[in-house]
Amino acid sequence: MKVLIPTPLRQYAGKQSSVEVAARTVAEMFSELTSQFPELRKQLFAEDGTLRRFVNVYVNDEDIRYLQLENTPVQEGDTVSIVPSVAGGVAIDNPVAATLSNDEILRYSRHLIMPEVGMVGQQKLKAARVLCIGAGGLGSPLTLYLAAAGVGTLGLVDFDVVDFTNLQRQIIHTVNDVGRPKLDSAAEKLTAINPFVNVRKFETRLTSGNALDIFRDFDIIADGTDNFPTRYLVNDACVVSGKPNVYASIFRFEGQASVFATQDGPCYRCLYPEPPPPGLVPSCAEGGVLGILPGLLGVIQATEVIKLILGSGDSLIGRLLLVDALGMRFRELRLRKNPDCPVCGANPTVHELIDYNQFCGIRGEEAPVRTGVPEIQPEELKARRDHGDNIFILDVREPHEYQICNLGGYLIPLGDLPARMNELDSSREIVAHCRSGVRSAKAVTLLRQAGFSKVKNLAGGILAWSDKIDPSVPKY
Amino acid sequence: MLRIGKLEWEQLRCHGEETYPYECCGVLLGQIDADGGKQVQTVVRCRNERLDSLRNRYGIDPRELVRIQRDARTQAKDIIGFYHSHPDHPARWSLTDLAEAHWTGCSYVITSVMHGCATETNSFNLAGYDDSKHFEDEDIRVE
Repeated sequence: MKVLIPTPLRQYAGKQSSVEVAARTVAEMFSELTSQFPELRKQLFAEDGTLRRFVNVYVNDEDIRYLQLENTPVQEGDTVSIVPSVAGGVAIDNPVAATLSNDEILRYSRHLIMPEVGMVGQQKLKAARVLCIGAGGLGSPLTLYLAAAGVGTLGLVDFDVVDFTNLQRQIIHTVNDVGRPKLDSAAEKLTAINPFVNVRKFETRLTSGNALDIFRDFDIIADGTDNFPTRYLVNDACVVSGKPNVYASIFRFEGQASVFATQDGPCYRCLYPEPPPPGLVPSCAEGGVLGILPGLLGVIQATEVIKLILGSGDSLIGRLLLVDALGMRFRELRLRKNPDCPVCGANPTVHELIDYNQFCGIRGEEAPVRTGVPEIQPEELKARRDHGDNIFILDVREPHEYQICNLGGYLIPLGDLPARMNELDSSREIVAHCRSGVRSAKAVTLLRQAGFSKVKNLAGGILAWSDKIDPSVPKY
Repeated sequence: MLRIGKLEWEQLRCHGEETYPYECCGVLLGQIDADGGKQVQTVVRCRNERLDSLRNRYGIDPRELVRIQRDARTQAKDIIGFYHSHPDHPARWSLTDLAEAHWTGCSYVITSVMHGCATETNSFNLAGYDDSKHFEDEDIRVE
């Protein structure tokens, strides 16, 4: 069997352009080849013994990656080609060399005295353009640290205004900022920390229509979003525009982080090809989140961004970091690029940005949740109770939520309902409620299937009750 | 020194004008002599496989490369280098070019295409490997 040696490796193979080898598999061929020419070994294999990532091996016309890798059988008459990859391009190099003023040199001195950063690294940071999606929980520490570290251009995308429930974790905003656009509040703090940073504000919802335009002027995208449609949109737009996606997400006490959509690494869709069904994974607004957790994960994101800019260290490309704050444990999963990935695979089927609300099964976030179960409005419930109607109130929230506030209902958490239906009287009129009306709609469905015909859902839950009937009931 | 005929020189420069504003790419076949001097005999056009980022990235499909390497052998030629264009950027190698270059001893020829017109063309010889990998400026002689 003949092995074709590419031009750069011939100096290690006795200057021959091809070598005859007897072997039954590709692995045997390599071991035979490197025993004849030991110097070839370190050209072809990394220190851990795996084939270097830029070395392609073909048996006749087939890449061994699509056969049986190194176990691919070979036989007399086959031709094995070894071809290092050929790629490059103008890519993300910023041609404008950033120079540092004396004030900046003083400010960054703790960076400059580390050889891993130094003047060259600090200039790279200054030349870098990083876009952060979301100026909330993750975006707060992420942008604060990136600004402090001297990233020259920081873009922010957000359309929200600061409210009181944000302050438990979104540390870039203060009490005085409540009611202000998050972008104005954040930009003010970032400029106060580092006036050398050029903050660019994009006060808009990121959409399939504007994402590529906004991404154009940035080198790295950091995803600090809290919903699936935007997460898939950011991922696909990063793949399409060839920009790395520094990702993190948080829920309750757990978080995850990775770097997606680099040339060789997997993308978010390689990990999660399809979004979960709507409603299965609760958002932070529904399930809660430890206020410190976005601090932990946002700082990990910032670290990954800086490493990508400096080009040093081992990045999270191909690794998913799992953070469990309650157990204080960090684990990691190896991620592989999926050759069949619809976005970044060998034969992608997604070539342009799509409708991500539709993809995630969401009819539009502004639309009220349509549950399709019989409902009662808070005003009607109030009137009927005042009238003395004997209505049974079923609260399907969790006990710790009941402690925050309640309507004096009978508590059976949604998860316990199937086992505890016998506590309910099917002949009575029942109104189920939760915080916002989503969980109680599921309860109504369950109960109706079980034969409870006189059960209704309180539209809008406790939140609507507080808004429309009794403002002394706190909203959470 | 990279020696190249007038015809081949025009071929590789025109390719970048045709694909503007996207990057073009291709393979140079010929001979390398004992001193590292190179003679281009054939310019082979390739398709840029970086469909995701054609304006500022290029990549040659390894399948195409395998075929080119095999065909070259039958004509007693070698792969001696590659070329690509930099649309609206200078004809200097970028950090991405260096990071993605693995054919030590081969030439990487870059043509700057400004507003659709090929301007400067430079050649760089890839030397060293791993930590010592670097590009050396290489003279071009059009004959």
